[in-house]
Amino acid sequence: MPKLGEICRHVRSKNAGPFWITVDLFFDGEETFRRYRDAPALSPQTFANLFGTNPELVKRIPVDNLHVIKISYPRPHPQGWMQERDMHSGQQFARLLDLEID
Amino acid sequence: MTETATLSDAINIIVPTGMLGAGVSRAQIQYGIGRGASAIAVDSGSTDSGPAYLARGVSKMNRESIKRDLQIVMTEAHTAKIPLLVGSCGTSGTDAGVDWTRDIVLEVAAELGTSPKIVCLYSEQNVDDLIRKNGEGAIVPLPPLGPVSDADLKSCEHIVALLGPEPYIAALEAGADIVLGGRTTDTAVLAAVPLMRGAGTAQAWHAAKIAECGGLCTVNPSLGGVLMRVGRDAFEIEPLDIDNQCSPDTVSAHLLYENSDPFTLTEPGGVLDARDADYRWVDNRITRVTGSRWTPKPYTMKLEGARGGDFQTIMLIGIEDPEVLANLDEFHDLMQKTLTNRIRRTFGDEAARFDVSLRIYGWNGTSGRPVPSGTMPPRDVGVMFVVTAPTQELANRMAKACNPYFFHTPLRPGIEMPSYAFPFTPAEIPRGQVYEFVLNHIVQTRDAFELVRSVTIDPARENKGTVNA
Repeated sequence: MPKLGEICRHVRSKNAGPFWITVDLFFDGEETFRRYRDAPALSPQTFANLFGTNPELVKRIPVDNLHVIKISYPRPHPQGWMQERDMHSGQQFARLLDLEID
Repeated sequence: MTETATLSDAINIIVPTGMLGAGVSRAQIQYGIGRGASAIAVDSGSTDSGPAYLARGVSKMNRESIKRDLQIVMTEAHTAKIPLLVGSCGTSGTDAGVDWTRDIVLEVAAELGTSPKIVCLYSEQNVDDLIRKNGEGAIVPLPPLGPVSDADLKSCEHIVALLGPEPYIAALEAGADIVLGGRTTDTAVLAAVPLMRGAGTAQAWHAAKIAECGGLCTVNPSLGGVLMRVGRDAFEIEPLDIDNQCSPDTVSAHLLYENSDPFTLTEPGGVLDARDADYRWVDNRITRVTGSRWTPKPYTMKLEGARGGDFQTIMLIGIEDPEVLANLDEFHDLMQKTLTNRIRRTFGDEAARFDVSLRIYGWNGTSGRPVPSGTMPPRDVGVMFVVTAPTQELANRMAKACNPYFFHTPLRPGIEMPSYAFPFTPAEIPRGQVYEFVLNHIVQTRDAFELVRSVTIDPARENKGTVNA
């Protein structure tokens, strides 16, 4: 199965306010975007497993004109907590790159 | 010029940078003025860099960089006789942040020999007022947080309410040359003048959302700011640099940035819906947007609050020992246990609350997650030790107690005592306090002004401030 990092032309993550993180998956063209738009591998449960977030609050929003899937999830701990490792959440995307997607 | 092709009914706003103090270009501002700008509007705040700035009430940007940008925007606004609006003064928009910015503005005005009428808008909140609001059920949580307790409100060092555009408009209608706002939504400070001058409501908010980070919505963000051109039924985004472009892709993609929902934006007094927006080239530099929608809602303001917590001390070592590098997970767990036990044994009851965290950079320091099996050992790692305790003094003592163990712990018993590579002496670095955001709530208000205080500094009235509560 191909990996997300091989399919997308760009994957990024960023804080979206103090309590949310948002991930943008930029697909390479209309066809690839349509094919993976509803991929089960990108389920809320996947984000719960990878990031320790509450799956019930995960938002998944396709942005058709940009061939982007946006997925937003609450931070498991508030920004800046004592064991913070990624204040701006800019490196959270990395663990998605190896995600196998069908 | 492409005047014939662009909107004829537009209210034009110069957004010279995404953040006051990040650097503005005089030539770009003059270009925007040449294009018929009605105002210069700039954001000076963010929660992006964490809760420390709000909890401490100090600016992230230094005074010199704020002053340098103000010298340029104040000069050009004065020459062109257009107002200047600054939102979220002092990064977190506390009352102290507004006053700090006001003092720099007064200093610059004196140096320029100008005497602008300045209105300061304060939106820092008194905790007792908010406790009363909370008792009335007027403070509503946003996911993922639940209802706020009075104790949470009291624990905050500072609480600010995010201003909408109305107080800015009121200040301008009262003749302000410069409006300095406390914490404000990024969009409201940019949308204020178009809204005041009769541009489309949805168009003003949507344009402001695109322009909020200055050049970030352009093809080359390093080339500075943008001009918002807001009409009744459409708006355009134009780069302030002649060599830059705002393309339909870069403009629409900005709604993705730092935003959990790219289509629905709740603002004071309504909701912007950008789902059906259409983005098209006007020429090879400018993008026009149509199809934005706005639904008015009862007035709410978002609250931000931050508090201080425990204190941290850190130490760093480098390791190139191949034996350790080949067994980093084992080494991490051994070190964690050794240092935790050392603190418990040494401090007894004093160690009722503490935390030791070790991050191995070069292995899994950024995520703290297990590394896939079969991963090759690195050639070099940096290990950061972080101890968190109720006071800085205690965190320092705990770090000192851990120092020899952090420095010398062998991978396995019986081998010769190693010494890892400390880069500094003394090795312990007091890092300061941990801060956290407390609030992700909105407060329902009677109108846009209930929680806002404005103070006018009018040189024509001999610098005597007038207060309108």
